[in-house]
Order: sequence, then C-alpha cells, then structure tokens
Amino acid sequence: MSSNGNLLQLKLRVWRQKGPDDAGKLVEYQLDDVSPDMSFLEMLDHLNAKLILEGQEPIAFEHDCREGICGACGAVVNGMSHGQEKGTTLCQLHMRKFRNGETITIEPFRASAFPIIKDLVVDRSAFDQIIRAGGYISVNTGNAPDANAIPIGKDKADLAFDAATCIGCGACVAACPNASAMLFLSAKVSQFALLPQGRPEAARRVKSMVAMHDELGFGSCTNHGECSTACPKEISLANIARLNREFAKSLISV
Amino acid sequence: MLDSKIPAGPLTEKWDKHRMNIKLVNPANKRKFTILVVGTGLAGASASASLAELGYNVITLTYHDTPRRAHSIAAQGGINAAKNYPNDGDTIWRLFYDTIKGGDFRAREANVYRLAQVSNNIIDQCVAQGVPFARDYGGLLANRSFGGALVSRTFYARGQTGQQLLLGAYSAMMRQVALGKVKLMTRREMLDVVIHNGRARGVIARNMLNGQIEPYTADAVVLATGGYGNVYFLSTNAKACNVSAAYRAHKKGAFFANPCYVQIHPTCLPVHGDIQSKLTLMSESLRNDGRVWVPKNKGDKRPPAEIPEADRDYYLERKYPSFGNLVPRDVASRNAKYVCDEGRGVGETGLAVYLDFADAIQRDGEETIRAKYGNLFHMYEKITGENPYRVPMKIFPAVHYTMGGLWVDYNLMTTVPGLYALGECNFSDHGANRLGASALMQGLADGYFVIPYTIGDYLATAWGDLRKHDVTPETAEFKDAVKDATDKTEKLLALNGERTVDSIHRELGMLMWDKCGMSRTKEGLEEAAAKIPQIREEFWRNAKVPGRGAELNQELEKAGRVADFLEFAELIVQDALHREESCGGHFREEYQTPEGEALRNDEEFAYVAAWEYNGVGEAATLHKEELKFENVELTQRSYK
Ligand SMILES: Cc1cc2nc3c(=O)[nH]c(=O)nc-3n(C[C@H](O)[C@H](O)[C@H](O)COP(=O)(O)OP(=O)(O)OC[C@H]3O[C@@H](n4cnc5c(N)ncnc54)[C@H](O)[C@@H]3O)c2cc1C
Ligand code: SF4
Ligand code: FES
Repeated sequence: MSSNGNLLQLKLRVWRQKGPDDAGKLVEYQLDDVSPDMSFLEMLDHLNAKLILEGQEPIAFEHDCREGICGACGAVVNGMSHGQEKGTTLCQLHMRKFRNGETITIEPFRASAFPIIKDLVVDRSAFDQIIRAGGYISVNTGNAPDANAIPIGKDKADLAFDAATCIGCGACVAACPNASAMLFLSAKVSQFALLPQGRPEAARRVKSMVAMHDELGFGSCTNHGECSTACPKEISLANIARLNREFAKSLISV
Repeated sequence: MLDSKIPAGPLTEKWDKHRMNIKLVNPANKRKFTILVVGTGLAGASASASLAELGYNVITLTYHDTPRRAHSIAAQGGINAAKNYPNDGDTIWRLFYDTIKGGDFRAREANVYRLAQVSNNIIDQCVAQGVPFARDYGGLLANRSFGGALVSRTFYARGQTGQQLLLGAYSAMMRQVALGKVKLMTRREMLDVVIHNGRARGVIARNMLNGQIEPYTADAVVLATGGYGNVYFLSTNAKACNVSAAYRAHKKGAFFANPCYVQIHPTCLPVHGDIQSKLTLMSESLRNDGRVWVPKNKGDKRPPAEIPEADRDYYLERKYPSFGNLVPRDVASRNAKYVCDEGRGVGETGLAVYLDFADAIQRDGEETIRAKYGNLFHMYEKITGENPYRVPMKIFPAVHYTMGGLWVDYNLMTTVPGLYALGECNFSDHGANRLGASALMQGLADGYFVIPYTIGDYLATAWGDLRKHDVTPETAEFKDAVKDATDKTEKLLALNGERTVDSIHRELGMLMWDKCGMSRTKEGLEEAAAKIPQIREEFWRNAKVPGRGAELNQELEKAGRVADFLEFAELIVQDALHREESCGGHFREEYQTPEGEALRNDEEFAYVAAWEYNGVGEAATLHKEELKFENVELTQRSYK
C-alpha cells in the first residue's frame, strides 16, 4: 500500500439538499488530510465525521457492501457517473486517483424518474417497478425439473451471465442525456431471452417491461451509448440491440 | 426445557415423516393468514416468494431501498449441493457428514441432514428461475471444490454466486408483488417484535424516509435479518449489517444460541489506516498457489524482495508440513495472529502477513497464474495500488460470518411461539464453524423448502387462538411498542456529546477483536466483560447524533444499531467465557492440544448454549440443548 506520508489537500463541492422539496445547492468544503489509500466513500466518511463534530449535518449518501456488488452507492463525480475510472463503482474508486489540490464536484444521480431524497440519495425504486412488470420466470417453488434436464450452450450461458451482472445502480440512467433506463431493462430482458427457461414468457415480458419503463417517465433510447460507458459492470450495448429485436418479435407474436 | 422437536425415527426418514405428520392449512384458508417477513436476503426473499405462492398474505420489510441490496448479494464462491454430477462419489450422507464435521460436532444432526437433502432441490429451483450458473462446453452445470470437502459439489456463477442467487429469489418475490400477494415495504427498519397473548403478532418499524414509527400486525413473524459480524466494526459484512432485529427479539424472550461462534476468514485485505470502513474478502482459493510468510526476525522492515530466503519464516509450511498453506480457515487465521503478536507482522501497521506468488509464477508462468486468479489480482491492485505479480500480497484475517444466532427448533421457530428465524440470523446448521458455500445453501433451504411446510403446522394449530385474540394497531402491546420505540429514538436524538457513533463503535470493535476474536483467554474475556459497560456508558454520555427524527437520518440509524451492539457484545463474551473448550471458531488458549490445535471437551460441552435475556448489563440465563450424535462418531481434527 502506498505511503500515508503524502496526504492530499482537496476542495470538495458537494450537492446539499435537505429534502425532496428543497432547492439544493453545491456547498464547498476543504479537506486537507486525505490519505491516498482511502476509498472515495471513506473520504466522505472522514468529511462527515468532521461535520458532525462541528455541529453540522453530515452528507447523506447510500452505500452498503463497499465492494462494488450491491449497487447502493453512486454519485456523479466531476460530471461522470461513479467517477472517471472505467468499470468501477464509486465505492471502489480510491483517492490515489486524484491529484493534490484538485477540486472535486459531487452530485447525485439525476433523472426525473429518480427523485432526490436528500443530498446524494435518490429514489431508485422505479427499477423495482420495471422488474415487477416481468423481470422474472414464472416458476413456483418445487415445480422445477432436474437442473441438468436442459443443457445450455456455454456461449449463451456466458452471455446470459454477463447481462445478469447488472447491479441496479442507476448510473446508466444518470449518464443518459434522455435519462433512459434501456441498458438496465435490456440486461434483464437479455438474461432471460438467452436462456431456454425464459423463452415461454419472452414476448409478454418485453412488452410489459417496456410499457412500465415508459410509464415511469424514463426517456427513450436514441443510441448515445453513454450508459454503457458509465456502467460499472460494463453491460454491453448489444443487450439493447437484443432488446429491440425481442420487442419487434413480441409485436408479431400473439 | 428446550424442546428441539426433532422428529423420531431414522435420520434419513425424519424430514419425510415430519412432512407427512404436520398439519396443513386448507388452501382456501391460507389467504386468511398474514405472515410478516423481515429481510430480503436469500432467506427472506425465498421465504416471501414461496409463502406467497402457497396463498398466504405476506408483508416483507427491509431497511434497504430495494430488496436486491441485501448482504447476500456479496457472496462470492458458491453454493453446495449433493447432486454428484461430477460422479466423484458425493451423496446426501457425505454432504451431511462434511457439514457436521466441519462444524466441529456442535450442530444438530437432524437439521444438517435435512439441509443436505433439500440442497439438490435448491439447484433445480434456481436453474428454473434463470440463475446463470457456470456450465461446461457440453452445456451441463460445472462444479468446483471448496475447503473441507474431498468432492466437487460447489455450484457457482463466476465470483458472483450470491448476486445471482439473490436476484433469482428477488425476481420470484417481485412476481408475487405484482400478483398482490407480497406487500413489499422498503426503507423500513424493524425496531421491535410485538407479542400478544404469548404469540408473536407483528413488528414495529421505522419509516426511514419520514421517521414514522409504524405498527405491522400479522399471524406469524419470520426474521431473516442476517448475521452480527459487524459487532467487531471491521468485517467483510456490508456496512449496514447489524444485530438489532435478532437482539430485540431476544429481549422479548427469544433465546440466543452460541453467540461466541464467530468465523474469522484468513484471506482478507489488511487494515490500512484508522479511517478504514470495512475489510474485503479475497477468495481463499489463493492459498492453493500462494505461500504465506513473515520475516524471521522481529521488526525486520526491509521490503519483501530484500529479505533473503534464510530470513523468511513460512510458518504454516513449517508447523503443518502435510497441509501447509491449506490448513482450514481457523488454523490459518490464528497463526497469522500469533506471528503478528510476536512483532513479525508486515506492512505499515504490522498487522499483515505476506501471501507470495513468486514461486508459483516462476514454476507455472505469469500467464497461468493470471488465468487462475486474474480477477482477484485485479481487485487487489484496485484497492491497494500494488501489483501482486511483482510484490507479495499482504493479507490478514477478518471477521466474516456468525454461526451463532437465535435459537430455533427443528421447525425453525424460536422460543417465542409464532416467531421464526431463517438464514444467518438463526444458529441452526453450522455448529461452531461453517464450511465454504454452505451459508447460501442454508439460507435458501430455510426459505424455499423448510418454512413453507413448518409454518403451516403452526398456523393450522394456532388458528382458533389467533382469531380469538386478534390484534390491531390499537392493541395495547402494539401501542406500547410504538411508544417505546419513539422514546428510544428521542433518547438517541438527544445525544449531543463529543464523539461520533462510528468512533465508539470502532472502540467496541477493537476490544472485541483483541479479547474475543481469533484466540481467547479467560483473563482477556474478563477484561472485555468489564470494559464493554464502560464503552456503553461512554456512548450514552458522549456520543453525538445530529439531525432530526422526521427525515432520512443515517446517523440515527447507525446509533440505534450500535446501541444494540453495545449490549449484545456482553452476551458474546459471556458465552465465550462459559464455554471452557475450544471448538471451530471459538479458540480458548487454555484448551489446546500439545500441538496447539483446538481441544474440544465433548463430555461437558456437547450442547447448544441458548441464553435467556434478563436485562441490560445482567448476566443472561443459560439453557442447554444437549446434542446427541447417533449417526456420526466424534473425532479430533489434525492437520499436521
Ligand atoms: C464477502 C462475503 C462472501 C461470502 N461468500 C459466501 C459464499 O461464497 N458461499 C456461502 O455459502 N456463503 C457466503 N457468505 C455468507 C453468506 O453470504 C451469508 O451468510 C448469507 O447471504 C446471509 O443471508 P441472509 O438471507 O441470512 O441475510 P442477509 O443477506 O444479510 O439479509 C438480511 C436482510 O435483513 C434485512 N434486515 C436486517 N435487519 C433488519 C431490520 N431491523 N429491519 C428491516 N430489515 C432488516 C436487510 O435489509 C436484508 O434484507 C459470504 C459472506 C460474505 C460477507
Ligand atoms: S446497467 Fe450498469 S449502470 Fe445500469 S443499473 Fe445496471 S450496472 Fe448500473
Ligand atoms: S456500496 Fe455496494 S456497490 Fe458500492
């Protein structure tokens, strides 16, 4: 681990918003003792500890696993969802990636379907609504045949797995100029479309999930590709192409 | 008396017979029952989905913003099942035996056998749900081997098995949400269990967005609220994991079993500074090729490359010539502690040992090592900024899993009628030590295949009584519980001292780690028992909780959880003090073989210690459930 000797001095500009109805604004903080070994969230912990002891309100931000898998964390750092590192969640970003004296702007994931709750915390429950609309295979507990009854080619299984690694963080929506959730939606549709178990409900699933997506106020996809660039799990745009094919198919199947 | 309700008859027939004998709820009547499930990890999500499919009305609570964030999402390695697809001789019996032995003969035979029996159904169910397990080129499911077993029985989805299994259970639950059978309440933190007329009839929860304290009534309550490893502050658990739901049930009469059984995982990233917020697990598969060492001499601060072979101590290879670097988790962890205690630890803090791949790279080539461990090396480099192909990794043990939990009978019911505990929050299947890939199996077994049967037996039997004593939010016990929770919240918000909640939590964690961690002594435990009340006092006198109650207030949430850890820690220490033997994750230095291995005392301690609450700071009362081993022979482990 790199040495603790060279502490970073940073200027932070953080979005502070008391509640959903507050206007909110960027507030500046100076932090002069940031260890390069800290994670980004530890840097925020550190700032929060100071704020608390000074009698100020700490910055609200979501997190849990702190190892890039739960999807709870996320913020727009210097204009990029989850910061500048590719394939990285905010909790996996470390301060050694920043320069001494740098100014860092930290804002919540913004989208009309993700209302701000407080500071950096946004309401992403719309993703649950999309899943609820069809992001499952209808099989009751106890009804399953032997797990090896249906062989699945490794190539397809691997592609299904790649799509299934989405962590539901919402970075794709925040990065999209239209605030579309198509990358998230396409990842789930693709996972099931690629697997034989998912085929029987494929048409119904895609129609219902897309309808819910639109109803929730997410924008439409116009192929900017920002979503995939921002995605910490590097979910591929090929999933959106597959979604479009599935959707077209669903319109002709009855 | 503790009645574990183990069905009579031969081990292999108990579960089938039990299912035949238990009462069933008439399908038309199921919709007249409401079951409250707290938690949406593997255990809670699978239970919610399965109970709703049967026709019950389910209300499911989680403190997360969405069920998919539960800590189960982070499990990496895999899930066991006795499918015997590799044809290497696995059977239900062998999985049962390995699990009982791995638990150092401190688990209940009947539960573990049932777990092994339903393991295969779990894999079938998950595949049908679209869980993308690893497959081979023929399109069939792949398996790998894991610690503590001689067969390949672990199913996996790359390094993200927990994520994929949880998303499967989450999807099944969301389908029931769409069908109106599960009412999902997110961002709700359960604060209390409500008991009316001797039965669990609901919970009190805080709406984390607006601070409202809400009553939820039901006919039975299922807790699936995870483990308590975060009492140590630093652990591999997600930050929000806590003991509050289980502990508050304990305060309402549920016995807590074996709290001192804590698993410490040997291969985690070491602590790097005093602001560190959590520890990251590195898969233990690394020990297949990495060699563990520290400098021979105390205080040798030379960079590893400058320390010649003669000045290195490959202590695992030296002490355990036949198992070497592959000794079990507890042995590897304890030895790392010993060398660091001797002042031979490495890194800035002196609390780390080297895991060195230089020999493996020289033998097999960098490409081979990259193919095997590339993603782990990459993760290591991301966090530490060091390249493990060039410089040995630094690792250290960390708290990882808690075998102890709420005491439950064979039906997974606690000592409070109508209150159930599933998954890591119960104590049931892992004895004193859990084998890799067995927690996921247990969580899903409990939720998909056990509770749907056993809860019906209770509801069918209690039906008349439940209706006669129906509850509403106006029932006295609910109003009292709301008031208690409101008062406690206000008390926390009034804390206006000079320390953050985290700093006090960290202090408690360090004490627990030093005195009640990998290696314990009577003196150390007594010291901890004396210090915990002082830290608790410090919390109530000098902690600071900012903000208001009627809004999202993350410090308030933390404070409530830490307040419980500060009481619960005493119970862990009491249990550790009373268990005058070493077994699995519980190592008492006084009780070891001449070779330094854990020395069990089967004569006196082959029982489950179930503790009854008597008040804050009061010693809990011990109840023993004797463990009878009728099918396996108790043996001593040796790894020399
Ligand atoms: C890094 C890591 C890797 C692991 N890898 C493996 C592995 O490879 N194989 C394996 O078998 N096991 C593994 N484990 C262990 C395993 O992941 C856990 O034991 C298991 O997932 C626990 O599941 P659960 O459903 O019991 O609880 P959790 O998944 O912890 O879920 C608890 C739920 O309860 C809710 N909750 C808790 N308290 C409250 C409250 N007061 N109010 C409302 N809701 C509440 C939470 O919101 C959450 O939904 C690993 C553990 C860790 C830490
Ligand atoms: S697609 Fe990527 S960015 Fe979008 S929610 Fe999933 S993981 Fe996050
Ligand atoms: S905190 Fe879980 S992904 Fe960042």
